[in-house]
Amino acid sequence: MAAVHENPLAQFTIERLVPIHIGGLDVSFTNSALLMTISGVLVTGLLMLATRKAALVPGRWQSIPEMLYEFVAKYLIDDTVGPEGQRYFPFAFTLFMFVLLGNLLGLIPYSFVFTGQIIVCFGLSIAIFIGVTVIGFMRHGFRFLTFFVPHGVPKVLLVLLVPIEVLSYCIRPLTLSIRLFANMMAGHTMLVIFAGFVVPLGTLYFLPGLFPIVVDVLLFFLELLVAVLQAYVFAILACLYLNDAIHLH
Amino acid sequence: MDVASAKMIGAGLACIALVGAGIGIGNVFAALINALARNPSAQVTPFAFLGFALSEATGLFGLAIAFLILFVF
Repeated sequence: MAAVHENPLAQFTIERLVPIHIGGLDVSFTNSALLMTISGVLVTGLLMLATRKAALVPGRWQSIPEMLYEFVAKYLIDDTVGPEGQRYFPFAFTLFMFVLLGNLLGLIPYSFVFTGQIIVCFGLSIAIFIGVTVIGFMRHGFRFLTFFVPHGVPKVLLVLLVPIEVLSYCIRPLTLSIRLFANMMAGHTMLVIFAGFVVPLGTLYFLPGLFPIVVDVLLFFLELLVAVLQAYVFAILACLYLNDAIHLH
Repeated sequence: MDVASAKMIGAGLACIALVGAGIGIGNVFAALINALARNPSAQVTPFAFLGFALSEATGLFGLAIAFLILFVF
């Protein structure tokens, strides 16, 4: 548990819970890995327990996975990729639930937000990037390269536009990961900074000390919104990239 | 100028990025209200929140830089 002293970024320090060293490699079980395991277990457990006694008319518990399923199938895949995207449903669902649980579990005080680690977000997005590119080449062969050539553009401009298209395609994993990482990091840092105002102000006078608490509570609700929204954005952008690979333009 | 004060100035400058995010988010919700006022049955709210998240993220890039300047370096 990271003690939050002066530095609001101390909450992002990775600590080795179970040190494991294989050769020169440090594969320790960290607090980041712990939270990832918890989120994986929670999603799997929820889905398995809630659909254990599956009925035609869903009960209270069974309606949760059904709502999640409908949300991902309709809003994430149907609205972006279309019907042929449904074969990638498990991918989109796993991605969405993993990021969502990571964001939400990170909001529990004194826990750890693993989506606030740039390497976690970058690992996810580079995997999406490579996977989507492979899918594009598998479906279209080398015709996939026409994706980088915009339609109806004078030949002279293509010299300029094709490198721009290639570049904007290649920095997708960067922008995708930095978006999630910056949101999580900035939000959690902001919460801690405002919480740090409480004691210095509150020891002077009572009322000014109340002000940062109120701000912090409001910020927490904003962070709750941002956590859900960023998971949605991360998953829907992955689906949009998938759409590019499947439909080219 | 010493490094400590340059850090403060740099962090302040990095926060200018939030101006754009503010304008962007205002635009998104202004357009949402406009659309809903003209056609209350329009199904545009999910897109509005998508736009909100995307434009907020650009501002947060600047805020993240400010935090990094202040607390990491």
